[in-house]
Amino acid sequence: MPQVNDFTLKIATVNGTGSASANGLLMKSIFRMGVPVMGKNYFPSNIQGLPTWYEIRVTDPGHLTRAGQVHFMVAMNAETFAKDQAEIAPGGYLFYDSTWPRTREITRDDITVIGVPLAEMINHHFVEPRTRILMKNVAYVGALAALLDLDLDIIEQLLKETFGEKKAKLVEPNMEAVHIGYDYAKKHYDCPLPLHVKKADMTKGHVIVDGNTTAALGAMLAGANVAAWYPITPSTSVMDAFTSFCAKHRHDDQGQPQYKIIQAEDELAACGMVLGAGWMGARAFTATSGPGISLMNEFISFGYYTEIPAVIFDIQRVGPSTGMPTRTQQSDINECAYAGHGDTRHICLYPADPREAFDFAIRSFDLAEHFQTPVFVVSDLDIGMNEWMVPELKWNESYRPDRGKVLSAGDLDKLEGRFGRYQDPDRDGIPWRTLPGVHPKGAYFTRGSGHSEHGTYTEDAAEYQRVLDRLRRKFDTARKFVPAPYIDYARSKPVKAGIISLGSCDLAVKEARHNLKGKGTEFDYCRIRAFPFTDDIRQFIDEHETVFVIEQNRDAQLKAMLQAELDADARKLVPILHYNGLPIASMHIEAAIEDHFREAEAS
Amino acid sequence: MSFMTKPKVHHPNLPKNKLGLTTRDYEGGMSTLCAGCGHDSITAGLIEAVWALDIEPHKVAKMSGIGCSSKTPAYFLREAHGINAVHGRMPSIATGAQAANPELHFIGVSGDGDSLNIGFGQFAHAIRRDVNMLYIIENNGVYGLTKGQFSASADVGSKAKYGQVNENPPIDPVLTAITLGCGFVARGFSGDKDQLIPLIQAGLKHNGFALIDVISPCVAFNDHEGSTKSYAHTREYFHPAIHTDFIPPREEIKVEYEKGKAMPIELHDGSTIVLRKIDVDHEPTNRAAAIGYLERHREAQEIVTGLLYVNEDHGGGVGDVMPPKSLTGGAAIRDPKKILETFQSTSR
Repeated sequence: MPQVNDFTLKIATVNGTGSASANGLLMKSIFRMGVPVMGKNYFPSNIQGLPTWYEIRVTDPGHLTRAGQVHFMVAMNAETFAKDQAEIAPGGYLFYDSTWPRTREITRDDITVIGVPLAEMINHHFVEPRTRILMKNVAYVGALAALLDLDLDIIEQLLKETFGEKKAKLVEPNMEAVHIGYDYAKKHYDCPLPLHVKKADMTKGHVIVDGNTTAALGAMLAGANVAAWYPITPSTSVMDAFTSFCAKHRHDDQGQPQYKIIQAEDELAACGMVLGAGWMGARAFTATSGPGISLMNEFISFGYYTEIPAVIFDIQRVGPSTGMPTRTQQSDINECAYAGHGDTRHICLYPADPREAFDFAIRSFDLAEHFQTPVFVVSDLDIGMNEWMVPELKWNESYRPDRGKVLSAGDLDKLEGRFGRYQDPDRDGIPWRTLPGVHPKGAYFTRGSGHSEHGTYTEDAAEYQRVLDRLRRKFDTARKFVPAPYIDYARSKPVKAGIISLGSCDLAVKEARHNLKGKGTEFDYCRIRAFPFTDDIRQFIDEHETVFVIEQNRDAQLKAMLQAELDADARKLVPILHYNGLPIASMHIEAAIEDHFREAEAS
Repeated sequence: MSFMTKPKVHHPNLPKNKLGLTTRDYEGGMSTLCAGCGHDSITAGLIEAVWALDIEPHKVAKMSGIGCSSKTPAYFLREAHGINAVHGRMPSIATGAQAANPELHFIGVSGDGDSLNIGFGQFAHAIRRDVNMLYIIENNGVYGLTKGQFSASADVGSKAKYGQVNENPPIDPVLTAITLGCGFVARGFSGDKDQLIPLIQAGLKHNGFALIDVISPCVAFNDHEGSTKSYAHTREYFHPAIHTDFIPPREEIKVEYEKGKAMPIELHDGSTIVLRKIDVDHEPTNRAAAIGYLERHREAQEIVTGLLYVNEDHGGGVGDVMPPKSLTGGAAIRDPKKILETFQSTSR
């Protein structure tokens, strides 16, 4: 059974009741007690009324990912009560609002049931209907504080920070609600429970952040100053955060805004605006999700062929089509890598957590301008919208934006002969570009139709092919510039099996490796961080007899790309696929790997 | 689009503008459009208008979508950057480009298929955002490059080259623009250069979105009997509502000012548009009256031309927080380390 500082707490509530802030308060209070903690929000694509869950894993081993088990269920939603109860691991706890007797609904005798009449107490204490709903949540935070031994001073401090000076008067009623729950639990139950939180010192040097906010901050610090977007879950908070950061920090000495954010009429227009700004020489980006990328395909193809820098943050959600907008997946891997018609391929970066979302946001702008092409930051809902505990973000003081090969007015003054936009004087596939308005000698016509190395229209077979071959060469050059994979070899001895994964699978893979090692089997690990794939990924595959490719989609998109791009031996690659909309958990990976070896042995 | 360099031989006596440049310096490549295409006349008008305004050629960004009309930016201002976007999506490129660098002059050239069919949404939203640009629709009622299909500006009952009759009512870009709040709306005819050039000049100087819908007959696919966008039809039903003069700043304004007949409108840079009413019924500064006027003449099947609506108080720019200067230099943030630390201090 779970131990102190090592258990999963899940709260089942109703969307729109204000439970998100109560749950955030719980998570952060555990973090401030110095204990590593993970929080995942499973919410419906709905404003109000449907079931929603929040999962908090308290984990002093530091496995900040889903374990796949629930030890303490706070069942606040009558509609899902039976399902929530069934999810509790044997020996676990069921916490419910006993205002409504559920004696007949409580069917398990292998769990401990804790009833607290939250609604009754809160309705007795507060008058206003909305306050009663909100405070019921705050009251369960209080009850849990008693049961799990959370620090009330920390909770009070967090409430003060949340409401700030402007809403300071809200702190008192919130603390009253906390105490209502706390006092009841103290009086009626043996507090704390055997499963509880004990202060530690393991969270120093860490922050709790979500990936959409860190991506937006990275974009602003990298110098992004034009953004265009169309609202779509789960990417909207990227632009919300960017807007807020720019409003605070991006002004000139006279207080004039030095940025422009445009809410476009659709994703086609958003992508066009980004390309227009990139063509003009600004650092521009958009943020969207899979359905938005679908609409942008025409312009992405245009951006690739005309060689205009652009950054596209794709916060992946569940597809196909509208799919499940508030659930997570990694099913745009192929869509981003090859977006567009004709022979197109794009630089993609795959952050694994909010810290890497920050780093890759900065890097994406440098890559986009260096290679004069659209670059994708392929994140997902889990990274983007959930709060993660990560090591503090670092700023590299020596950072200077890489603006790529841009000819200045001075360069153009000295230029002899005609400027050739799509030539390759440096033999790296990357041409020189000029910006509009800078110098008459820099003028050329940007066109998505067949063009020569001077940018003029052509249908000449050799001229067209020369440009297309150079684009391929440019993509090959990018191999040397994109983030290298994270490769971790098992320390004891060479092992026969490896794991390849990407993005938000990372922590689940790491925990699975840890647990499998505890059972006697070690695996090497390669986390891909970018496309184009680098040679060390090919080498990693060559070194192993079996390579498990772990990803969150149905069709093994990463595996297919490894086969196509690296000519990897398909017989070696064993897909482990997770695609139900919830983040992958370590136990899924462990079970799949064990099943594979069991079946291999049996055959 | 094909591109052939024009020989750059100047007649020694060609007049020069204040920059010491002749109209030849404002030309582009050789046109590959059909001989007699109305679009080439518009190109000629653009060259003369930009030259006369003393704009440095490379301080212009010229943009277009896809189609015959969209080829034309290659035929003027060889020293200006051009961009040939995807079909119907030039307005979004223009919006982003202007957000990045509002210091340039923006000229968009589009067609009726480009703006009123595939790109109708972007066209409308560029007007709504009041992107500071001159937007010319070279309107011939057909798709030329795909050989003669009707566009959304084709009139009901008009005939295609091989006899098909159009059954759908047209979208009128002029009425659309006025109803969307556009501050400068004009219609011209490619065959009337005298009227067109001042309109282009005034449109370029207007601070905000300036639309000029130019009837520009397609000699290959829409210049036959039964077409309402042919040269013959346009000349027959041509109805100038207003005559426009453009007077640059600092020149003495000489207006034969007859009460109720002429109307000088001063623009932001000090230049002046003088509107001489030809039809006394037309009120070009009254939006509702302009719409009514256009509707009346549309019912009479007349092609009303001139500066049809102008709002002299109109602002310009993309929204209300338009950066005043170019953002293309790469804006460094002061003290990023401190910003990051402040952010993280609230994340613990």
